[in-house]
Amino acid sequence: MRPSRIAAVTVALLSFVIGFSSADAQQCPKGKLRVYTSWPMQGAMIPEGTGMKNGVDLAVSEVGGVVAGYCLEVVNLDDASPQTGKWDGAVEAENANKAVGDPLAIVYIGTYNSGAAKVSIPINNRAHMAQITPANTYPGLTKKRGAAPGEPEIYRPGGFVNYFRPVPADDIQGAVGAKWAKRLGAKKVYILNDQELYGKGIADVFEVMAKKLGLPVVANEGIDWKQPDQKPVLTKIRASGADMVYMGGVIETGAQVVIRQMKEVGLVAPRVRFVGPDGLLEEELLKGATCDAALATEMRVTFAGLPFEKMRGVGAKTYETYKSKFGKEPTAYALYAVEAGRVAIDGIRRAASAIEKAKDVTEKREAVRKAIASTKNFDGINGKWNFDENGDVDYDTMSGFKVVKADGPIGCKFQFETILE
Amino acid sequence: MLWWEVLVQQTINGLTRGAVFALIALGYTMVYGIIELINFAHGDVFMLGLFISLSWFALLGVTKTLVGWQLVTILPLVFALTMLTTAALNVAIDRMAYRPLRRSTRLAPLITAIGVSFMLENVALLWKGPAPIAYPDVFPSVDILREWFGVDSAIFITTKDLLVVGATIPLMVGLNYFVTRTRWGKAMRATAQDRETAQAMGIDVERTILLTFFVGGALAGAAGLIQGMYYNIGMWWMGYQAGLRAFTAAVLGGIGNMPGAALGGLFIGFLSAWSDQYISARWTNALVFAILILVLVFRPQGLMGERSADKV
Repeated sequence: MRPSRIAAVTVALLSFVIGFSSADAQQCPKGKLRVYTSWPMQGAMIPEGTGMKNGVDLAVSEVGGVVAGYCLEVVNLDDASPQTGKWDGAVEAENANKAVGDPLAIVYIGTYNSGAAKVSIPINNRAHMAQITPANTYPGLTKKRGAAPGEPEIYRPGGFVNYFRPVPADDIQGAVGAKWAKRLGAKKVYILNDQELYGKGIADVFEVMAKKLGLPVVANEGIDWKQPDQKPVLTKIRASGADMVYMGGVIETGAQVVIRQMKEVGLVAPRVRFVGPDGLLEEELLKGATCDAALATEMRVTFAGLPFEKMRGVGAKTYETYKSKFGKEPTAYALYAVEAGRVAIDGIRRAASAIEKAKDVTEKREAVRKAIASTKNFDGINGKWNFDENGDVDYDTMSGFKVVKADGPIGCKFQFETILE
Repeated sequence: MLWWEVLVQQTINGLTRGAVFALIALGYTMVYGIIELINFAHGDVFMLGLFISLSWFALLGVTKTLVGWQLVTILPLVFALTMLTTAALNVAIDRMAYRPLRRSTRLAPLITAIGVSFMLENVALLWKGPAPIAYPDVFPSVDILREWFGVDSAIFITTKDLLVVGATIPLMVGLNYFVTRTRWGKAMRATAQDRETAQAMGIDVERTILLTFFVGGALAGAAGLIQGMYYNIGMWWMGYQAGLRAFTAAVLGGIGNMPGAALGGLFIGFLSAWSDQYISARWTNALVFAILILVLVFRPQGLMGERSADKV
């Protein structure tokens, strides 16, 4: 271990001790438990990393730092490599091993990057430690839909689920997109995908859901996104008479080209409209001359969860609390970190008696893992939800954004249009 | 759309797509014809051509769509500047990377070409970054049938389609004239046929090779500019893909044969557009390369090739 990292951990621990000295003053009749967090805390990730740290701190402070007689300590670890400033598998493995090796560690909250989660889930799984992510959306971490061969079993060496995700996975976008297409009055959909894991997974789910809803699908066609000319495929769509194009992809894999050329071959509203997943919800996409085409095709995209200002109930309250406590807007995943913290605390509370009876640390962790796995009817920021058998949330509340005209150099922007459920 | 409208539209799509392949393929085939080198860096010269043309537009202060007189002044100027820049770049590549290896085994310059290709890609990556670059709408896009002729047809032909055809045909005709009718063209053909004899007859072989790289680079630059104006997007890695298609076109037409490369490019353009329509976009690459394999098995010299037997 490099000295810089020891220093970082020490600072994190010290900051904890200072931050939660009030909790120490209270009684901890049953002793201490530690919650570890792990995500990048360097470079461009400092704002988001800090936002998520604030989120977990908020959840802990809500219960005064004490759960069922146990005092909670949060240990914040950084899984970025000091050399590159980006998440690093080796560092993430080190963090997970550190947590597993700490007899007081009870839950692991993280990671931010799905790739990092691939490393830490199995390590925590072997130790029966529950891992809750505030941000990973790659479907393969929990389910077969939209996954690579062998997933998600390769992350579960013990054969049980220890990884939980209170965030909707990417593939849900496809299902919600199909419902939205139906609601928008589409009669016949043409699906394109970039033949990559994210895009194809979403497109396949869209296809299944559309068929279930009785919405005819002409084809689910994989495009060669390295080809800057998609006109032949788009001409084919025009000939097919489809009135909606759904594309599973991200802005790097041809979506920009598809949208621009849709206009050039005459695939424009009201005859044909465009819908896509949140991989396309990037201001970058609209730069250049894509704005005209995005407006002409009435481009719409789905987005997992609700924008903070549209949240209701617990979500709205959490949003307000966060703003007043930290004096700024939450970052994209900060409120999901609050949710992850609350799920962990709820699990520990329900497992309290089992923890007391447990003979060793593994049994304690197993008790908490089981309690979290059975989370039911949880009052979350996007509404009530349960964990399914994969450790995924079962809600599919999303929001729909539409490209509208706007002032400024780009000339248009994504604007919240509706809540999708 | 009626079936014939679909066919006509896809043929137009194939024509514009194929015209760009043809321009790049010509550069491949010319260099191969003269020094028997498959210049893998050629696709990347095309890619840099797109970015360089963007810089010329920026230097000339063009950020919006060109109108009226600008189309006949600025546009040809940018064509000339871009072609000169990429031509110079291609000559520089030959001087620095290939010329020192002129007398070594054939494999040495080939591997060097792959290295140069990586270098050019990384230059573009450092210069423009990894994200796709939006190319401004410098060339006006007008729906010809509707706006000029008032015909409401299901077929779309825009001024951009005209640009591609209108720019590539003169370039190809000009190249053909240059190679078949001028003294320099004669020298090129002679060098391609037999380098030693050509030298013995007093032809400056090195200067002829330089000229070949110059013309090939200029064509790649023109293709980059046309592609930029037509598709309005540029990526640092696009040279590899385009190069592969163009190389296939050159081999299909018979490598070393110039009309063959042009026809091969158009053929691949049509074939891939029709395949996207009538088979499936995901099978298009497989189909193109399957046909290439069939041609190589049954007609190794390519569709138009005659000389390649003694070249390989």
